Amino acid sequence: MTSLFEVMPAETAVDTPVRKLTVNVNGKQETLKVEPRLLLAHMIRQALGLTGTHVGCDTTNCGACTVLFDGAPVKSCTMFAVQADGHDITTVEGLASASELDPIQEGFKDEHGLQCGFCTPGMMLSAKALLTENPNPTEDEVRWALSGNLCRCTGYQNIVKAVLLAAESLQHQEASKDEGETL
Amino acid sequence: MTIDEVKIGGLGASRPRVEDNRFIRGKGNYVDDIALPGMLHMELLRSPLAHARIKSIDVTAAWAIPGVRLVLTGEMMASRNLAWMPTLSYDTQAVLATDKVRFQGQEIACVVADDPYIAKDACEAIIVDYEPLPVIVNPTQAMTAGAPVIRDDKENQHDNLIFDWEVGDKDGTDAAFSAADVVSELELHYPRSHPSPIETCGSIADFDRSTSKLTVYMTTQAPHIIRAAVAMVAELPEHMIRIISPDLGGGFGNKVPVYPGYVVSILASILLERPVKWIEDKTGNLISTGFGRDVYLRGQMALRKDGKILGVRMHTDSDHGAFFSDAQPSKFKIGLMHSAFACYDIPTAHLTAQGVYTNKAPGGVAYRCSFRVTEAMFFQERMVQAAADDLGLDQAEFRRLNFVQDDDFPHRTPFGFLTDSGQYGKCLDIGLEAVGYKKFLEQKEEAKKNGRLLGIGISTMTEPLGAGNSREYDILGIKMFDSAELRVHMTGKAILRTGAKSQGQGHETTWAQIVAHELGIPADDVVVEEGDTDTAPFGMGTYASRSTPVAGAAVSMVSRKIRAKARKIAAHLLEVSEEDIDWELGRFYLRSSPDRGVTIQECAMAAYSNVPDGMEPGLENNAYYDPPNLTWPFACYIATVEVDPLTGVWDVLNMVAVDDCGVRINPMIVEGQIMGGLTEAYAMASMQFITFDDEGNCVGSNYMDYLLPTAWETPGFELHEVVTPCPHHPIGAKGIGECATVGGPAAFVNAVMDALKGSGVRNVDMPLLPDRVYEALTTSRDVSGAPPIRTS
Amino acid sequence: MYPSRFSYEAPTTVKEAIALLSKANGEAKVLAGGQSLVPMMKLRFAAPQILVDINNIPGLAFHSADPDGTYRIGALCRHVDLEKDVELAAQQPTMAAAAPVIADPIVRTRGTVVGSLCHADPQGDWASVMSALGGSIVAEGPNGRRTIPCSDFVNGPFQNLLEPEELAVEATVPPPVGTRAGGYLKLERRIGDFATAGVAVSLELSGEQVVRAGIGLTGVGPSTICADAAAETLVGQALDQSTIERAAQLASDVSQPRSDHRGSEAYKRHIVATFVTRILSNLQPATEQAT
Repeated sequence: MTSLFEVMPAETAVDTPVRKLTVNVNGKQETLKVEPRLLLAHMIRQALGLTGTHVGCDTTNCGACTVLFDGAPVKSCTMFAVQADGHDITTVEGLASASELDPIQEGFKDEHGLQCGFCTPGMMLSAKALLTENPNPTEDEVRWALSGNLCRCTGYQNIVKAVLLAAESLQHQEASKDEGETL
Repeated sequence: MTIDEVKIGGLGASRPRVEDNRFIRGKGNYVDDIALPGMLHMELLRSPLAHARIKSIDVTAAWAIPGVRLVLTGEMMASRNLAWMPTLSYDTQAVLATDKVRFQGQEIACVVADDPYIAKDACEAIIVDYEPLPVIVNPTQAMTAGAPVIRDDKENQHDNLIFDWEVGDKDGTDAAFSAADVVSELELHYPRSHPSPIETCGSIADFDRSTSKLTVYMTTQAPHIIRAAVAMVAELPEHMIRIISPDLGGGFGNKVPVYPGYVVSILASILLERPVKWIEDKTGNLISTGFGRDVYLRGQMALRKDGKILGVRMHTDSDHGAFFSDAQPSKFKIGLMHSAFACYDIPTAHLTAQGVYTNKAPGGVAYRCSFRVTEAMFFQERMVQAAADDLGLDQAEFRRLNFVQDDDFPHRTPFGFLTDSGQYGKCLDIGLEAVGYKKFLEQKEEAKKNGRLLGIGISTMTEPLGAGNSREYDILGIKMFDSAELRVHMTGKAILRTGAKSQGQGHETTWAQIVAHELGIPADDVVVEEGDTDTAPFGMGTYASRSTPVAGAAVSMVSRKIRAKARKIAAHLLEVSEEDIDWELGRFYLRSSPDRGVTIQECAMAAYSNVPDGMEPGLENNAYYDPPNLTWPFACYIATVEVDPLTGVWDVLNMVAVDDCGVRINPMIVEGQIMGGLTEAYAMASMQFITFDDEGNCVGSNYMDYLLPTAWETPGFELHEVVTPCPHHPIGAKGIGECATVGGPAAFVNAVMDALKGSGVRNVDMPLLPDRVYEALTTSRDVSGAPPIRTS
Repeated sequence: MYPSRFSYEAPTTVKEAIALLSKANGEAKVLAGGQSLVPMMKLRFAAPQILVDINNIPGLAFHSADPDGTYRIGALCRHVDLEKDVELAAQQPTMAAAAPVIADPIVRTRGTVVGSLCHADPQGDWASVMSALGGSIVAEGPNGRRTIPCSDFVNGPFQNLLEPEELAVEATVPPPVGTRAGGYLKLERRIGDFATAGVAVSLELSGEQVVRAGIGLTGVGPSTICADAAAETLVGQALDQSTIERAAQLASDVSQPRSDHRGSEAYKRHIVATFVTRILSNLQPATEQAT
């Protein structure tokens, strides 16, 4: 008997059919075999070892497990791993490049947008999706976009400031890129 | 060349948090992130019924499922004398139920399997035969004659009473009431709430037969207390137990007690000789682990016509659930409830308290609270508003009239605490100014003419934070001091360890700032470690806002010990006597020739390479700090709201917070604590509670019903500060983590009640759900929120 | 947190999906957005033996108006697709009001409108909206398609009229006979909370006069309630105060709420009346403008 949490089990009991899937996680192609009932969040955490995606509730409320699925925020505890076959997933580990942090990560640190850090990955990914679609959100738009992610520590005010700061710094980046191009 | 303290990350620097570097990269290390080779997974089976005799448990089908390694029931635990465990309040609690279940969600059996999915399958396959018993969900039912005895397991327990307790001066208080012009009364229920960190509880027990060492990774705010408890419960030698509390996804008091899941995972690991991981699901967390509040309070205030408070009477009935497992100092049965009214100059007071068993989850933890002070301050501020209204006095002026004055410290409260500092009037002034008090009162009158309901609520309070001193404060006899150990390496870098345990408060950042303040070593050169009982000095852990008042003070004191030794080394290096040198931040210098000096880093190098004859080498030390008193921060919270008269929905217009927590180590982190606390205050006032129906079914057992506010509902906050240093704390700091949760709820509730003023309603129980507010408005009657809930 | 075992099928055509459902003899559940089904499976309130995942079937992710004005929502149209459609308010004001208040923003990126209708939760928002709009479910089975009015579709809490081998392929709304107006109001204690009560109103107006009306009520009965008498009282009338009050009263009368932790029976009835009044009153200026 093999555990569901092991990647590519060498042998599988007859009564537990597994499916093979290929998924692009943070730009890296991964092929693994999973039992259909394995939740996407568990695949990301246990099979791929990307433990930055957290599980905070059983009822699709808290959003700690939020990842980007083909760019859109989803609660990875509310999808099955098999559904990710052929899709792109971005987790918190994929936010920063090798050399630098994403402006959202910078914003959360600079504005003290986190305390225990448990909701932070999901919160940042929701913010990422928001800023991709709406680079210049108002405070209300930020609060609305983050309303599927619960935070117990911060009271949200600094999270909102963090996202607004990230938006600002992304716009600066864009502006200086444009300037660079005109030069 | 004076060092700029803020630049080296010392006191007062809003230093960016060290721990954020891993959290923002998803590199935190929470219990569930840890995977050990050969690790198995445990799930618990819980009771669907609130009160029932267990006739039989059939685990045959569970054992038959491939991948199942172990199935344990209460009977099997009993054979090892582990079916029951002691609580933190000198009671006992079932680990796995043997005779009967006493609350919905109680642990009955556990399955250990190759993965948690299989463990869950097997839990479902266990068949339990129950004989249902009558259910008790509130103190009135519990104390009714002939009520079923919940704790029939205990000898000499013939009813559901846990304790009868009193404090204060009964005769003096009676006399004050005889002399009163007016007596105000208030009765309310502070609903059951749950700290509900987003991360649930969990553990990985790893027993190594070859060394007989037990290592347990555990979500605990108090690893050393857990080590002692495990040693006692499992009868293992304490030195062979290592508790590691890694990153915690919030705690708020939930992660102080010992829970059955921890104990069972430990036994399972010992039996299987493999690591066993138990990660509680959200329902398990909400339905079975330490709740907060659930207290019925009633009281009276004796008043003189001119507004002077003459005395206070209080009575509390507290619902502790099926086991008395409150986490609180052992001498005080209802925590520090008697800290109520500490900020007011009241000559006399008397408090009586009764605690009862019910068929509800046990716990009674200090949920972001210093042991029941949340209930105390809520009642205080609701009572004060009611009294001001009864006297027809302005609520702000009534408070000011009765405040302890700045020059009255130290002040003995009517229940015997000693408050030591504060500027209450100044805080109130700043709050009133910020909220635009006078103008708002005018707007309110104007709005009323158009059928709009505006309200303003004030809450002012000082609360006792940072237990001990150890004379009065202990848990299971263990004195409530705390500790720090500092090792300064030869290159001037350092490692600091404390007996506290951060759950998001940022100790890794702030403790280093205290070292920087005391020694001039840049905060970036100090690494902070906590939570591993093999390496950290013994401490009581982090809860009740005690980190800064106690462990933080220990950090100061150990730094000072290091400085004292460094001074001797400096004298040696400068070839003068100790009396001839002075200290400035980071450097000893010759008083007669200030240019000649040595830095703390040079002293550190010398401690390992050039110590004077007769001195022990090295620059390491530890300190155990037993505070002389609690610290007494003060806060003034003012909320303004608008109530929709047609739906009862209310919105916060403004929330102003003025906090005086003494000297602020890291202002950014302090403000973060205040905003977090205000949000939990708003949550309790508006939506967050756990209740039960008459069969003991828990409503609020998951996040669909246990409502935490999102970014959308949570109001914005405006923060102000006043600094009155704590006279006895080494750096003048006071606790802050819980002030806003403690004082905040009354501000919101008083504001809504103010909007309803004139309707004849005296009280609506929290949370102020729209239907309750609407009911109060339309019926002009008080609305009780006490369980059982009304259903049809 | 850990669902029971099931076998997983991922058909790529509707035909294939129907064949799988037919073979399953009622032991299968369709997985679309999964935002209600998967939580129920995690809590083990649901334990289907087979999951037929329709997310790989092309051609179901649409929402659009036919030339004749029939509005069609495909089985893979997500809540967010409607929420972000800036033209929706002009065509389907009731839908446009409801889309942003479904669950929370993350759930909306995944959950589907048709899936929500099939889930038949008495507290589901879309069922009230579609009932008010006179919408239907198009079910496809081995013998072709049939259309079931939304007002009949749900036959109890979490139960619908689909045969085990049928797949709900789309929801449709008939063409308007006048200018559409309407709204959706929901009392929730927090984003993501289920409705304490919700009211969907859809009107079609000719000038000031209501020519067609529908009112659907969320969370105040064992399933979605069609407040037909309330709607009928509006037809042929202009929206004056007495008409609005009559409709509000009738809607309140037909609701069947229960007292629970969200509020008392009386309170929920009152909220229904209040919301009917609010939606209709707020439409008034727009109607006047139109004339």
